[in-house]
Amino acid sequence: MRKVAVIGVGCTPFGEKWETSFRNLFVDAGARALEDAAISGEQIDELFVGNMSAGRFVDQEHIGALIADYAGLATKHVPSTRVEAACSSGGLAFRQAVTAVASGNADIVVAAGVEKMTDVGTGATVDTLAGAADREWEGFPGATFPGLYAMIARDYMHRFGLTREQLAMVAVKNHRNGARNPNAQFQKEISIDTVMQSSLVADPLRLFDCSPITDGAAAVIVAPLERAREFTDTPIQVLSSAQASDTIALHDRRDISTLDATVAAANRAFQLARLERKDIDMVEVHDCFTIAEICAIEDLGFCSKGEAGRLTEEGYTALDGTLPVNPSGGLKACGHPVGATGIKQVYEIVMQLRGEASGRQVDGEIGMTHNVGGTGATVVCSILGVV
Amino acid sequence: MSVARFWRKQPQRYNLIGTSCETCGRAFFPPRSFCPECRRDGKIVDHAFAGTGHVVTFTIIRTASEAFEHLTPYVLAIVELDEGARLTSQIVCTIDEVSIGMRVKNVFRKLGSDGESGPLYYGTKFIPVK
Ligand SMILES: [Zn+2]
Repeated sequence: MRKVAVIGVGCTPFGEKWETSFRNLFVDAGARALEDAAISGEQIDELFVGNMSAGRFVDQEHIGALIADYAGLATKHVPSTRVEAACSSGGLAFRQAVTAVASGNADIVVAAGVEKMTDVGTGATVDTLAGAADREWEGFPGATFPGLYAMIARDYMHRFGLTREQLAMVAVKNHRNGARNPNAQFQKEISIDTVMQSSLVADPLRLFDCSPITDGAAAVIVAPLERAREFTDTPIQVLSSAQASDTIALHDRRDISTLDATVAAANRAFQLARLERKDIDMVEVHDCFTIAEICAIEDLGFCSKGEAGRLTEEGYTALDGTLPVNPSGGLKACGHPVGATGIKQVYEIVMQLRGEASGRQVDGEIGMTHNVGGTGATVVCSILGVV
Repeated sequence: MSVARFWRKQPQRYNLIGTSCETCGRAFFPPRSFCPECRRDGKIVDHAFAGTGHVVTFTIIRTASEAFEHLTPYVLAIVELDEGARLTSQIVCTIDEVSIGMRVKNVFRKLGSDGESGPLYYGTKFIPVK
């Protein structure tokens, strides 16, 4: 297998983009990535696009072709493939692009992610997102997506003594980071009181425990490491990208509060990269809800089960902490356009490793991403490093 | 959301009929037609659950999807049946009454409807037992 590097990245501002269409979002992200890599469309060999539900959000399927077309690649007949794994669709697209280059099947490959969520009402959005879980045996009896994570939070708090305030501190920390990210949906710091006084969505989770509904797109371009210097002075190597599955329904998991797919994907990613947990300088984790960040820190192996709440309280995961978690603001503050999130995580780590993250810059040479589909039925972990 | 596909498993849904694997003895609800442990060596048969169990974890749903909006706030839980299988279900009780470990048994209830005048659909919920 060939070594792979990221040679260009692009990301739209995240938020409620009433004035921007689905196709304009990904064209914007793609153009930024091409410009960053200083390449033209003719050089692209293949496209992979992560998208969860354009069919329900904007009544459009056949996203691969649409994106190739509006990126100006249709007449070049560049192969373009949409991949879907709910909120981890972007992570999947990245792993597919890396695999295509590593195998020698293609040289210059774009991995993109896009979601346009605000064209439908809240009820329809809640119902569409519930499709990330088991529609027949979770959605049908009345589960919502926040409701499933709320049941993880209840189980976790009951067993490990996590406090409601510690959960709120995850959101406070991520908003503090988001306030330093010009692409973030929320660039405003909040207090523990903001979280504690927000309305209950699914007990014990409140509105400020939940990532928002977001429009946005991101794109990254990967190439063989040996050719990377043709395009950029600051290539970032993809040290590994690993994916794992688990049961679609939360109730069928071995342990309600452990995402075994995170454990499996992380173990594989570290093994492939020949690295240990202590080698990681920063990590973008899938904090679709505050409890998800707590579980992620533990399941990725950075501490034992039951310790992440205390570590968050002590500032271990803050921008100036030992292991900065979600320097971008995470899904919570940066926003969560579901199909785009996995690519935005790679974008953030690349910006950090290049030293281009300005107000939220952390020190380090190795970063990691963690992208979850549903309540943990699909997980993709990738590790990136300075060359 | 179309309800047609949910009629397929009506008997299972109404009566908590799942499956079990005769090879390893594991019981499945929701029913599975393939044993993840024994794979090709598994032998799957129908299995009627007693319908009693306990609450593993729960939440109070305050913001629901359109089909359940009229029920909010309602109690949703993961219930472990006494035979070992787990499922997600509503608990018919007040929001202060539910707790982890609470004993429950299944009842047959209306789950929702497909729009204002659309067909009703039914299934299992649980109620507290002393
Ligand atoms: Zn078996």
